[in-house]
Amino acid sequence: MSGGVVRVTGELIAVRRAGAYHHLTVVAPGVAELAHPGQFVALAVGGPTSANLLRRCFSLHRVKPSGTYGGTVDVVVSAVGAGTRWLTALRPHDPVDVVGPLGRAFPLPAEPVPCVLVGGGYGSAPLFWLAETLRERGCHVELVLGAASEDRLFGVVEGRRSADAVHVTTDDGSAGTKGWVSDVLGEVIERTKASVVYGCGPMAMLRSVTEVAAAHGAVAQVAVEESMACGIGVCMTCVLPVTGADGRTRMVRSCVEGPVFRGDRVRWDALDGGITRVPDDAVGAPRPGGH
Amino acid sequence: MADMTTALGATRLPNPVMTASGCAANGKELHRFFPVSDLGAFTTKTVMRDPRSGRPTPRMAETDSGMLNSIGLQGPGIETFCVDDLPWLATQGARVLVSVAGGTAEEFGEVVDRLVTSPGWPAVVGVEANISCPNVANRGLVFACDPVSSERVVRIVRGRVPAGTPVFAKLTPDVTDVVAIASAALGAGATGLTMINTLLGVVVDTDRLRPRLAGVTGGLSGPAILPVAVRAVWQVTAAMRAGLLPRAPVIGVGGVRTGADALQLVAAGASAVQVGTATFNDPSAPRRVLAELEAEIDRHGFDRFADVVGIAHERTAAP
Ligand SMILES: Cc1cc2nc3c(=O)[nH]c(=O)nc-3n(C[C@H](O)[C@H](O)[C@H](O)COP(=O)(O)OP(=O)(O)OC[C@H]3O[C@@H](n4cnc5c(N)ncnc54)[C@H](O)[C@@H]3O)c2cc1C
Ligand SMILES: Cc1cc2nc3c(=O)[nH]c(=O)nc-3n(C[C@H](O)[C@H](O)[C@H](O)COP(=O)(O)O)c2cc1C
Ligand code: FES
Repeated sequence: MSGGVVRVTGELIAVRRAGAYHHLTVVAPGVAELAHPGQFVALAVGGPTSANLLRRCFSLHRVKPSGTYGGTVDVVVSAVGAGTRWLTALRPHDPVDVVGPLGRAFPLPAEPVPCVLVGGGYGSAPLFWLAETLRERGCHVELVLGAASEDRLFGVVEGRRSADAVHVTTDDGSAGTKGWVSDVLGEVIERTKASVVYGCGPMAMLRSVTEVAAAHGAVAQVAVEESMACGIGVCMTCVLPVTGADGRTRMVRSCVEGPVFRGDRVRWDALDGGITRVPDDAVGAPRPGGH
Repeated sequence: MADMTTALGATRLPNPVMTASGCAANGKELHRFFPVSDLGAFTTKTVMRDPRSGRPTPRMAETDSGMLNSIGLQGPGIETFCVDDLPWLATQGARVLVSVAGGTAEEFGEVVDRLVTSPGWPAVVGVEANISCPNVANRGLVFACDPVSSERVVRIVRGRVPAGTPVFAKLTPDVTDVVAIASAALGAGATGLTMINTLLGVVVDTDRLRPRLAGVTGGLSGPAILPVAVRAVWQVTAAMRAGLLPRAPVIGVGGVRTGADALQLVAAGASAVQVGTATFNDPSAPRRVLAELEAEIDRHGFDRFADVVGIAHERTAAP
């Protein structure tokens, strides 16, 4: 039945600290073989009788189609709540219930054009694999990694191996340039003559990445993070307003039509303070007096 | 192996397990995990006349053993459903229970009028009128909270669905007397009842100190509501057994995660069972629940699923 996705009970084989995050490696036969950079996995939390029914979604950091243990997937987890704390407390050999790969991957340019990859916090997790994939195709790749503080940066050392250059920003100046990724991004785009900017991180960052990219003549491809109840396209909780090729805005499912969208297609004007409105001009938007 | 067939009015299904409306989209996504034709029936996402964008996000909040949702019946409308979704389900050999709704009683009728002309119509084994949705003409009060509105909708739907195709009315448990609503729906010609839809709830975000859902209220679903679903099925089937309601098949839904959960609803009187929120945890949940329910029926030594329907009423200790 596999239409590019599998559900497997995998096994955790390694968990290590990476600054403020945990880096998990899970044997998940079948997932790695199908996956591309930008896709994600949905992990069950709390065991088979868990009161936390909803899966937690994580970007694929790396995959290894066949290793000593069978295919593995790596994810980088920030422990922020019940589910992520449960995952980061797992020990090697514990079972992990995986559904994936899910969502649409980062589209790759047909020509070997220069690219800039921008990651905020753990949002950098999928970018190293992407950087290597782009460089294999002849693209010049530079990374811009930003976070609130040094411990919340992920993969600076790894980035130096995966990309041609790495630029770091922190809000508090504890590493790299003090400020935001958007403060340095414009200069990097200009100097590298990048035509594509890939972004993954908080929504506010993705919005400014899109704006800076547009101002410097580049296309932004951003991986969004919306609350997802199912991750597989059946519940309609994960929607956001995106303008289609026909110029019309629809509330689309970020788990199947995303998480990667062209930045200039996302209706950032509808996002504010943790709430996403339905734009008045969206297809099927409520009309005065009811629908 | 027990005979798992079940009857919903004149329609016979090979087994009693279905998806729940809105928890399985229209089949393509779950078909990646199991063949949708394995299920007794596939219940589609409630479809209305026009495309609807649904409500703002966040639309969900996880709760202990459940979740709140406020999707707002987002969907592409009946035209797209008839052209794309239903024919696809028909091609897969699925038996389809089509969930319909309207902002007014008349809109329910318009949706059905279009539905019956779809090339996929032969795959339809029943129509589920989702009357647990707001009635625009009655200040947004949910149809199923009022016997008069419930009766009007069901009468219109029954009148437009060809005789011989069952019509189910899907009820909300958020009422004082669910038997009174059941009575109105059956009186208006419903073949049977689907119980229950979600229960209204609010979750407060304790960081922002405001409701977590952008739409403030949402519907509670998942294992937390199983006892409420069993109670609703119990009350209505008890009223049927007491002769206070006409006998009619009931589809039980609410909180089913395992075959044993499904067996509770069946023993309380449900002739079929839908699996909803559990699918978000396990994409194969409806298929797995079917296998587990079969194993439960075998474990109890019954030859026929039908013999277990409502059995708990007979085994209740005299007061
Ligand atoms: C496509 C995608 C990729 C992601 N990639 C990563 C990653 O690589 N590393 C990482 O650490 N986190 C990632 N996240 C966020 C991660 O899913 C949440 O932090 C996690 O679900 C929180 O679960 P919890 O039980 O710890 O928190 P709780 O707050 O207790 O979660 C309660 C509910 O809200 C949902 N939720 C809470 N925060 C988020 C959030 N930020 N995004 C989406 N849903 C949320 C949970 O899934 C759960 O259903 C990603 C999210 C998405 C949608
Ligand atoms: C995300 C979500 C969307 C739903 N959408 C619909 C819908 O469109 N129509 C409907 O009749 N019920 C809808 N329901 C209710 C379910 O069909 C079901 O009645 C309810 O969730 C209880 O079952 P469960 O606990 O197994 O989920 C929805 C439930 C959820 C969680
Ligand atoms: S998370 Fe359920 S549809 Fe996207």
